[in-house]
Amino acid sequence: MLLLLAVFACGAWLQAQGFLPSLLRYRGDVLYLIRGHLELAALSGALAIAVGLPLGIVLSRPRFEAYADMVIQVVNLGTTIPTLALIAIAMSVLGIGAPPAVFALFVLTLLPIVLNTVAGLRSVPGYLIEAARGMGMTPWQVLRRVELPNAVYVILAGVRTAMAINVGTVPLAFLIGGGGLGELIFTGIDLMEPTMLLAGAIPTALLAVLVDFAIGQAQFWLVPRGVNPLR
Amino acid sequence: MIRLDQVSKHFGPLVAVDRVDMEVPAGEVCVLLGPSGCGKTTTMKMINRLIEPSAGKIFVDGKDAASVDEVTLRRSIGYVIQQIGLFPNMTVEDNICVVPDLLGWPRRKSRARAADLLELVNLDPGIFLKRYPKQLSGGQQQRIGVARALAADPPVLLMDEPFGAIDPINREVIQDEFMKLQAELKKTVVFVSHDIDEAVKMASRIAIFRDGRLIQYDTPDAILARPVDAFVAEFVGSDRTLKRLRLLKVTDAMMADPPRVRAEDPIETAVKLMEEHGHASVVMVGPRGRARGVVRLEAVQGRKGVVGDHQEPLPGVVNVKSDLRTAVSEMFTHGLTWLACVDDEGFYKGYITQRGVSQALGAPYKDR
Ligand SMILES: Nc1ncnc2c1ncn2[C@@H]1O[C@H](COP(=O)(O)OP(=O)(O)OP(=O)(O)O)[C@@H](O)[C@H]1O
Ligand SMILES: [Mg+2]
Repeated sequence: MLLLLAVFACGAWLQAQGFLPSLLRYRGDVLYLIRGHLELAALSGALAIAVGLPLGIVLSRPRFEAYADMVIQVVNLGTTIPTLALIAIAMSVLGIGAPPAVFALFVLTLLPIVLNTVAGLRSVPGYLIEAARGMGMTPWQVLRRVELPNAVYVILAGVRTAMAINVGTVPLAFLIGGGGLGELIFTGIDLMEPTMLLAGAIPTALLAVLVDFAIGQAQFWLVPRGVNPLR
Repeated sequence: MIRLDQVSKHFGPLVAVDRVDMEVPAGEVCVLLGPSGCGKTTTMKMINRLIEPSAGKIFVDGKDAASVDEVTLRRSIGYVIQQIGLFPNMTVEDNICVVPDLLGWPRRKSRARAADLLELVNLDPGIFLKRYPKQLSGGQQQRIGVARALAADPPVLLMDEPFGAIDPINREVIQDEFMKLQAELKKTVVFVSHDIDEAVKMASRIAIFRDGRLIQYDTPDAILARPVDAFVAEFVGSDRTLKRLRLLKVTDAMMADPPRVRAEDPIETAVKLMEEHGHASVVMVGPRGRARGVVRLEAVQGRKGVVGDHQEPLPGVVNVKSDLRTAVSEMFTHGLTWLACVDDEGFYKGYITQRGVSQALGAPYKDR
């Protein structure tokens, strides 16, 4: 993945050699659009985490076990809806602009987060939970001190996948007037102007790498050492 | 300390535990024993209310367990499970301190306690406190599981096949360590096992279960000596008499206050003494009573001189604190019919014969 990006970046760099001055012409636009881009990603991502994590936790409680499988089926079905279709549906309901874009990105990001939260919590062995209960932890303490710490690696892996999808999909938001670097990419395509296209595409790629790196770091530092395969 | 009163547990149509009455006095180790699926674990988990009884009452320390807050109850009962269940996200230190932390002990006190407990289970705190469970061997994990259960010094311990997952050699070692600890700490222990040898070794009382019913509740020796029915007899094994040898001590079969001679005694005295007692030999002791040698009637009859000139080395010696298994093994290994019994200092305390051993096994069972 990184290699691919490096090759891509190299090619882009060679291409850009001749265009460097013209590429820099878009600097102001790019900086402005990156902000919008990040806002879309951050807002939808934060919403997805804020909803997905508690939802995953609730679904992993024994009491909801029966519903959990149903919800996961539905969620799985949801992931098969093409992104473009999702964005189109969001637009037809919420209209044009940032809100439908955030909503579509939110739905897209939610799925891996919920799935991984449930999978992570379910992978905590039953005897650990029983040992914790038997020692006198309240259900909340069992969740806080045993279940979440042992599931957090898988949960963060879900967040990482989700955010990679999210940041990579943000350009499509332009199609429904959501803003972001998609503006340069799609306009570049329309006008057959590769410099403009690249001015949008390169920062998009770099952002995806950056976000992935940041969450990777979070995984490294936040996951307790005893259950962290990275250290 | 723990009392079960007509306790039952139904899982749907299945009766997992059927009207069990049982009392575990304070400081005793009660082993719940029986074949797989007979309800041992269910019975144990009802004591700390991980499973609620369908009927009957359980009293812990005189209080009806159902009337105590379950979280409070569990924090006052140490719990060890077969899978050990150390939390992989915590260091050994934090694992041991789980209950003290829940109880809100000051950090300094609980961490000092963790170090003490590691010493108690024969692990070096300097090495192990900061390790994670995945960096430990099975036996080390199991020791820490026991240390964790003891952390808040609960009067009661529940242990569900705690040593089941360890290889036989290490299991014996850990069992011995635990018994040593228990002799000091005098906890009230409910211990689930399906290994009769383990039960005989650890228990002050054994409760034998079958299909959810308590069949026999008695001392290990009584269970081995007088199984109440064919099921128990078969469960404890056809070698149950041999197993009893472990339970009986040399003192149970020893002839105390035996005749003895000294090196300076004339041979005639020794011969007279042997004829008087009908013995074929007599032990010679040193000036302060240590067993030094033996004189045989056959070898000295009609001879002159003092005992010291005719003494032979002692054929076999056993410590009075040993169990009869050790004594019998010593006899058969060296083809002897008797052994001299000495204490830790080597003082001659008595002798033990093969006949004495069979008599001890035949005698009515003894209460511990
Ligand atoms: N939660 C449960 N739901 C339904 N049945 C159960 C449950 N827990 C235990 N049982 C059943 O109750 C019976 C007693 O189980 P228990 O776990 O007490 O056996 P055990 O004596 O501990 O056996 P083992 O030596 O295999 O651990 C078994 O038939 C088991 O299948
Ligand atoms: Mg069991």
